[in-house]
Amino acid sequence: MAKMTYIKAITSGLDQVLNDDPKTLIFGEDVGKNGGVFRTTVGLQDKYGEDRVFDTPLAESGILGLAIGLSLTGWRPIPEIQFMGFTFEAMDGIVGQLARDHYRFGGQKNFPVTVRTPFGGGTHTAEMHADNLENYFTSTPGLRVVTPANPYDAKGMIISAVESDDPVLFMENLKLYRSMKAEVPDEKYTVPLDSAKVVREGTDITIVAYSAEVNESLKAADALAKDNISAEVIDLRSLSPIDTETIFASIDKTHKVVIVQEAQRMAGVGATVAADIAEEKIMSLDAPIGRVAAPDSVYPFAQAENDWIPNADDVEAKAREIFNY
Amino acid sequence: MANGSKQIVDFAKIKATMADPYKHPVQVIDREGTVVDPEIFAKYSDDQLVDFMKKMVWERTLHEQTMNFSRQGRLGFYAPTAGEEASEMGSVTAFKEQDFLLPAYRDLPQMIQHGTTVAKGFLWSKGHVEGSQHPNPNMIFPQIIIGAQYVETAGVALGIKKNKDEDRVAFAYTGDGGTSQGDWYEGVNFASAFQAPAVFFVQNNGWAISVPRYKQTAAETLAQKAVAMGVPSVQVDGMDIVAVHEVAKAARDFAVAGNGPVVIETLTYRYGAHSSAGDDPSRYRTKEEEKPWFDADPLIRLRKVLTDKGVWSQDQEDKLVADYKDDFKQAMKEAEAAPAQKVSDFLKWTYNVPTPAVKKQIAEFEAKESK
Repeated sequence: MAKMTYIKAITSGLDQVLNDDPKTLIFGEDVGKNGGVFRTTVGLQDKYGEDRVFDTPLAESGILGLAIGLSLTGWRPIPEIQFMGFTFEAMDGIVGQLARDHYRFGGQKNFPVTVRTPFGGGTHTAEMHADNLENYFTSTPGLRVVTPANPYDAKGMIISAVESDDPVLFMENLKLYRSMKAEVPDEKYTVPLDSAKVVREGTDITIVAYSAEVNESLKAADALAKDNISAEVIDLRSLSPIDTETIFASIDKTHKVVIVQEAQRMAGVGATVAADIAEEKIMSLDAPIGRVAAPDSVYPFAQAENDWIPNADDVEAKAREIFNY
Repeated sequence: MANGSKQIVDFAKIKATMADPYKHPVQVIDREGTVVDPEIFAKYSDDQLVDFMKKMVWERTLHEQTMNFSRQGRLGFYAPTAGEEASEMGSVTAFKEQDFLLPAYRDLPQMIQHGTTVAKGFLWSKGHVEGSQHPNPNMIFPQIIIGAQYVETAGVALGIKKNKDEDRVAFAYTGDGGTSQGDWYEGVNFASAFQAPAVFFVQNNGWAISVPRYKQTAAETLAQKAVAMGVPSVQVDGMDIVAVHEVAKAARDFAVAGNGPVVIETLTYRYGAHSSAGDDPSRYRTKEEEKPWFDADPLIRLRKVLTDKGVWSQDQEDKLVADYKDDFKQAMKEAEAAPAQKVSDFLKWTYNVPTPAVKKQIAEFEAKESK
């Protein structure tokens, strides 16, 4: 076991699947010799050859077409869309085609594609690079949408994503790439694609978060603990489907919940979680459902990111409000 | 202004000459039924020519019968194909069963020729999942999002290359309007960048619903667009089945040999409406425009050649038409007997492994469906 960054954990998982299954292919813009603009695929072309790890022309819709066509000829594609903002160029490929194709063939053909893409704010990227676009994809039947919040899950989930016969959108958080290290086994292991995880146990209030906001929520939980407020933090990990059982079990214990997301508030993952809770667990709650989200503006210009993205203080404040209701 | 008249670059001349390689569409039999390329024509036996004729009569009859079915409300979305028989039958017959077909919605006749049934074609039109499950697995459903089949073709072709399938290509169809899509360029360019075995057909039938060909682009031909991607291309008389077939065969040979993709523009015409769903061509085009195309009909010219050779007769054709009509009526009965679709099945096919929410919905619908 070694300490690994989130990005190294993904590289390690990709190395594993390329090694295990000769039908896996990694391709996209700059993923070959350059190892990706973030170096997520670094060393893989040298190790597995240009046939398995290769650069494509600069066109995202073409990349998705390639993935679908390669699936039709027996391959297991792992395309990279260089930044999530660029998925707009591949929207028909992902949402119009890939997500529907298993259904369109009446289950006769599989499309085991894992679309990897970095997302999330806080690293002062150029415009259109940092958006949180998950809600466009979580409203797409047929597509699994997952995002790990730590290095251990990153490796285990990328392996599960590639092994899944369903198409998976694998969202990698830009800020987490190099900002956290954790113990990651060298050997192969998997983390399920459809389960949330209780990352901190507590009894007074449940905080549901995903991706970088899990860390903010954990920081908030530390602060709340100083006032003897015991917060349970749940990492969703999968945004589609959402593991409501884990959330409901926690609410049965705490009777209070705050949902946290980095994306804008409107029509987001948090709204879906809130609706699920309202449908099934409203009688178990003794306070309104709290939500923390970015405001409903267009994603901000880089210099204003830190004023816009919800942080630990925002989570703590909302948790106190709900706890004291 | 500097003195002198020398221009560093003569854009006017470049513009005026860029379509020069495409001035003469490939033709073997002209519109009068005269063989203009006897050397190529000599490659075709009477049996082969008669087979071409039968296939075109089959497609024309299919067209007429589907229009009847549409009027009777027995089909859903259906794109008429009259006028495009030479382009469609001439091309698809150049491919082998293992070749992978990526059609658009006007390409049901090629799908049937490539190894599905007429009943499946009707089921697709009616909106039934069995219409997308084919005996020959080497095809997808007709693509509705124009251009998407082109980028997917690049992927299939690359997969074929990576699988080292030596006698296999991907082939795709779109129309003149389809060449305006970004995906058209991305698909042709990706196939070219990977030198993957793909044959791309553009059936230029003059119209994208109501928008004429000349409004799609100022390029004189659609074939020449391929040049920018480093892909060889050709314009062929799409009303001449021998020319289309010969060009398609050459393209397949070229691609199979590892030379990368080819683009073929067939010059044809959509005799009827865009679709059976209420389009009325008299809103946007004139009888004067239509007439020369009707006169160039692919059946008329081959019929003349074969009749002159004494290997085709009107009686023979009438009998074929009657047989085909019976086949199509039988296929419609088969399609109408397909089991009703179930929402629970749709839910089962949404994911390989249903999500918890979908599992719950499957149970709800199964309960409803068992009542």
